[in-house]
Amino acid sequence: MDHLLELLADHDDASVLAGGTDLMVEVNLHGRRPGTVIPVGGLEEMREWNHRPRSNSVTIGAALPYSDMERGPLAELLPALAQAARTVGSPQIRAAGTIGGNLGTCSPAGDILPVLAALDATIHVLHRDHSRDIRFADFMTGVKRNCLTPGEVVHSVTVPLTRGWQGYAKVGTRNAMVISTASACLVHDAEEGHVALALGAVAPTIVRAVKAEAWLSRQVDLRGTFRVSPETAHEFGLRAASETSPITDHRSTAEYRRHAVSVLARRLLERSAS
Amino acid sequence: MSVVTGSSTRFGALGSNANRPDGNAKVQGGFAFSSDMWAENMLWGATMRSPHPHARLLSIDASEAWKIPGVECVVTADDVPGLPNYGLIMQDQPVFARVGDTVRYLGEPILAVAADHPETCRRALAAIKVRYEVLEPVTDPERCIDGSAPPLHPDGNVFRHQRIVSGDQTIIGEIQVEGTYEIGMQDQAFLGLEAALAVPDTGGDGVELYIATQWLHEDRKQIAACLGLPEEKVRLVLGGVGGAFGAREDISLQVHTCLLALRTGRPVRISYSREESFFGHVHRHPATIWMRHHADAQGRILRIESRMVFDGGAYCSTSPAVLINAITHTQGPYKCENATVDGWALRTNNPPCGAMRGFGVVQACFAHESQMDKLAAATGLSPVEVRLRNAMETGDRLITGQIMDSVAPVERCIRETDAIPLPPPMPMDANELLVPGGTGLTALPSNIRRGVGWGVSIKNLMYSEGFDDFSTARCRISNGAVHVKFATAEVGQGFVMLAQQIARSVLGVDDVYLDPIDTQVGSAGSTSASRQTWMSGGAVDAACRAVRDELLDRVATARGLVRQELRIDGTDIVDALTGTRIAVAEVIGDHEIDHTVEYHHPATEDLDENGQGNCHVAFAFVAHRAVVDVDPDLGLVKVVQIATAQDVGRVLNPLSVQGQVEGGIAQGLGLAVMEEIIVTDGKVRNPSFTDYLLPTFLDAPTVDMVLIEEPEPKSPLGAKGVGEPPCVSVTPAIANAIRNAIGRELPRVPVRPYDICL
Repeated sequence: MDHLLELLADHDDASVLAGGTDLMVEVNLHGRRPGTVIPVGGLEEMREWNHRPRSNSVTIGAALPYSDMERGPLAELLPALAQAARTVGSPQIRAAGTIGGNLGTCSPAGDILPVLAALDATIHVLHRDHSRDIRFADFMTGVKRNCLTPGEVVHSVTVPLTRGWQGYAKVGTRNAMVISTASACLVHDAEEGHVALALGAVAPTIVRAVKAEAWLSRQVDLRGTFRVSPETAHEFGLRAASETSPITDHRSTAEYRRHAVSVLARRLLERSAS
Repeated sequence: MSVVTGSSTRFGALGSNANRPDGNAKVQGGFAFSSDMWAENMLWGATMRSPHPHARLLSIDASEAWKIPGVECVVTADDVPGLPNYGLIMQDQPVFARVGDTVRYLGEPILAVAADHPETCRRALAAIKVRYEVLEPVTDPERCIDGSAPPLHPDGNVFRHQRIVSGDQTIIGEIQVEGTYEIGMQDQAFLGLEAALAVPDTGGDGVELYIATQWLHEDRKQIAACLGLPEEKVRLVLGGVGGAFGAREDISLQVHTCLLALRTGRPVRISYSREESFFGHVHRHPATIWMRHHADAQGRILRIESRMVFDGGAYCSTSPAVLINAITHTQGPYKCENATVDGWALRTNNPPCGAMRGFGVVQACFAHESQMDKLAAATGLSPVEVRLRNAMETGDRLITGQIMDSVAPVERCIRETDAIPLPPPMPMDANELLVPGGTGLTALPSNIRRGVGWGVSIKNLMYSEGFDDFSTARCRISNGAVHVKFATAEVGQGFVMLAQQIARSVLGVDDVYLDPIDTQVGSAGSTSASRQTWMSGGAVDAACRAVRDELLDRVATARGLVRQELRIDGTDIVDALTGTRIAVAEVIGDHEIDHTVEYHHPATEDLDENGQGNCHVAFAFVAHRAVVDVDPDLGLVKVVQIATAQDVGRVLNPLSVQGQVEGGIAQGLGLAVMEEIIVTDGKVRNPSFTDYLLPTFLDAPTVDMVLIEEPEPKSPLGAKGVGEPPCVSVTPAIANAIRNAIGRELPRVPVRPYDICL
């Protein structure tokens, strides 16, 4: 790890290779020619994940591949993360791609990112000379932009474990192996009495639908199990969608994306309530 | 699955699931596709393409590229020694755009380089300065009809305008249904990318080209003309082909590769990337089709009116033939003699379009099958009943005046499909991945509506309108072994296996050796138009029969037997007089026999100005019934089941037919719900498999098939081509099923999510 940080500090133009499912496309398809590439997949501590019962949280190494999130004990602790990981590409891509890579690229369509946003994840960033913890909401700053500075690398991500339902859903024009047209992650914290909703591919960054979340808290007591009427769920979806600013491109239209996240938000809320 | 198993036939012979000679290598990864080819001292080639859909090419300055170490050659239009243009029908497509002339589509080749490494090629292309005067692209084909578009080419903007005026034009139906339908631009999306290896002859007066193509001899003709060489100086050898679907009918990198090899005196390979492939070959024509059906109160079709506009893109390719296929299939597999059809194939600055599986009939079928459901609704008949009432039969007169003289089991296709059980309703605890949305987990079973839809089609087989697309095969017995040679492009369909099956059946041997597939034998015609089983199968069959007849002559003479009493049964020669059996293997070592045979189909005619003429050789039929689950709120679709009964004539290899049927259905499903090259202002927006979506296994439906075996008397083996029909009517069947589920008109494919839910 120290060696990695030394290398990064000495090569501030370096591209970090954490799976390569984005970087190699840039190289092979878009002619990017990075001067220095530093692979992190060989660092065992970055490929580990740890359940920390004392802090009731899970810390995930940045080089952990999606295939390790899809199933097994991590999937049981964080089902929404497992569902999001399952939607990424093909089995080959999931065996290579990593959570750190998703954060490094920071695409609005990044499949894992809405989960990190809904869970209020903390990103642990290391540098030879310093380290810092960044809330996900502050980490992603725009389309494929984040707040990392030269010499820094994402080391790991910590997410709190909450009691309550969590789930993820993603719309694409194919039943598997498709880039997100719109996605959503909903996390119910039954102790705090709160529902968090994050929306992907509908704005330059991942959107936390904070107004809709607050509205819902006023309509429904969200402590423990709860019920919502179809009307409430519908309005929750519409309110969440109104917080997005989607675009029209070759994958879909802004109108469809806004509509789709409203449906996803409604359905996820209904699932969390039932 | 009710595929005939062929258990009673000898393994390896016709009717059995013979092993494919290329099968193990392909499954194990050892098969050499054309992009795997390599030669000692080889250079790499790369192509520069226009970044504009319409522009004047002002200048090319390659001086900086020549300074890069490792760059060996730069060729432009000035370096083309023969004809500057090529093309399958009209020679209107430049090998390279010429300075002073215009480029007509985004991706048009400007020049090619050869260098010691692909990376050197990339740097060379980046160093070459090309100046353009950007022009306004013409992207609406209607502007070529109303004359408001400027001429884009000296040959004009109309590839072909053809009408069909047939029967009584005055009939007004008690019931009329009409609609305007749109078909998006589909790509063949074969997995084996374009690649070629050209090896120059010593002395540089000829070249050998290893190439993944569909028709070696047609390629050779066009390449030789552009190179200014006699055809015998250009030898083509089939490289390993990873799928074709029509996209390898046209010249792409053939001339470029040969030019670089002849210029440098070294072997040169060009391999396209996936992105370049989207610009390197033609696509399925996007089309707009208006149709009006006149029917009586009982739902019988009386007259059809239609207007079809096919956007051919920048160059002609096979647009005129695609258009003829479309308009002559306006009626679908239904009785009707009265029609007025106006068909246009036009030049625009969109990507060039040409052959793709179904070849114009796919577009026509989407329109007529959408219409049949409207007719069913208007008459109160079920979709099945309205189709049965109109089902075509052998002997019917078509709107072209041609008499249907193929076996035409349309009614049987519909009834056998209808008899296939429907799948059970989606259980409320269904596997979450099988709900529309799949891995995205967007819906629960309670969110889903199910629909059922029908599509029935007719597809012509072989080339049409007077074209003599013969095939050649050579069979010889030499040193006790049977050898078969042909130039038939094996593109994945399994002809290499079928040729062995034919030889085994005709000659009574187990081992059949296939000679290399190259231009050292006569043309086989193209591997397209569902024609090779009939045409090259016919040629191999005839060549093997000629060898067999001579062998039996010689055996009769040598052993004093009566020739007429000898026949081959299994692997023996049997004398009917005495019952004596002689193993074929025992006698062939004594003989050297060699026959080359051409097989020609019956001649056809051009259409006249009213679209009348016996233009097609033969036809095949198929019915599809689709069951779909639709999420009406999100517009996502899962095709649950395709039931199909297909008119195949005779099953020569059950597993192979099954593969064609299932593969064609997947391709037709792609057009129905996801596959489209999106073009905006002449620019392709999605030239990658990230955004050009092909069906995955989770999208592929269960296929329940019945193969209808009514041998076609005109076909040498009784078999009809099975390649294209599966993808023709499955697309409208799926669209009709979605319409059935949600009650919307959905006049276009692919059906997009927002077409369903917004």
